[in-house]
Amino acid sequence: MSAWWAVLGGAAACYLLKLAGLSVPASVLDRPLVRAVADRLPIALLAGLIAVQVLAGDRGVVLDARAAGLLAALVLLLLRAPFLVVVVGSALTAAVLRHVGLMS
Amino acid sequence: MSDRPLESHAEAQRRVVRDSLGVGIATGLYGASFGAVSVASGLDVVQTCALSLLMFTGASQFALVGVLGSGGSAVTGALTAALLGTRNTLYGLRLAPLLGWRGARRFGAAHLVIDESTAMSITRPSRALARTGFLTTGWSVFVLWNLFTLLGAIGGAVLGDPRTYGLDAAVGGAFLALLWPRLQDRDGRRLALTAAAVALLAGPLVPSGLPVLVAGGVALVVGVLHARREAP
Repeated sequence: MSAWWAVLGGAAACYLLKLAGLSVPASVLDRPLVRAVADRLPIALLAGLIAVQVLAGDRGVVLDARAAGLLAALVLLLLRAPFLVVVVGSALTAAVLRHVGLMS
Repeated sequence: MSDRPLESHAEAQRRVVRDSLGVGIATGLYGASFGAVSVASGLDVVQTCALSLLMFTGASQFALVGVLGSGGSAVTGALTAALLGTRNTLYGLRLAPLLGWRGARRFGAAHLVIDESTAMSITRPSRALARTGFLTTGWSVFVLWNLFTLLGAIGGAVLGDPRTYGLDAAVGGAFLALLWPRLQDRDGRRLALTAAAVALLAGPLVPSGLPVLVAGGVALVVGVLHARREAP
């Protein structure tokens, strides 16, 4: 029962937070401060997400097949590969390295 | 306007749809790992599917089942999920003027405000392309995320570890590709590297999931400093 409270309470909170963002009056965004921060947020959050998704382990930073996949993505992006190739390339790199047992 | 001046509007629309579906597939498939983790954390299949349907924001969902699985209370679990969900409020602030939806549409669109739908729309040069990116990504992630949550929850053991297919690495690659246009100038690269370092340093210090929010704090600090410098 307790889990249902977490599920429904958390879901309601998350929806209201999403709605709040879309509902703030446009005039709020016209402030230079909000603009300067909001413009940089995606960069910082995406970079933070990458770091956490790729490098974070149970006990601090780990370099495993996920990092190799990210490196492959970086190379493919520098070669101007299309989005799907980048995504599939990073997955294949990690999958192959794991399959042959080079990396976990 | 566009970085591809010779591209027609229809071509641009098709490119946005194609890229958005790519993100939708990569992210949606990862729902299988959420389904499996959630059931392993002690939630039942219905609760797991309810999370993906109603909460529909991956990091918050993972955080919630993680807290409950490690013995956290319902309040702590919901609060952690909500704190991570504040990210979507900030996305909404950016999206509202870009998408320009009012009334009932805004209530529906709000549910689709997630990392991927935001990333696939905020860099678009026009409202039409932004809406296409937002809706295509949002809907494809929603449908596949829920479908694979169900599959992961009921058949996790049969399907196997998504890591076998490198899907965990694909998410990192997808995020990097989304971030790529913002890494073309030195300020963007510096901010991204700082935020990534801060997220990693914060990792052992704050509950799981929160490092991303702390990294968002870097944008707050840099943005405030920038606005002060620009002010008369």
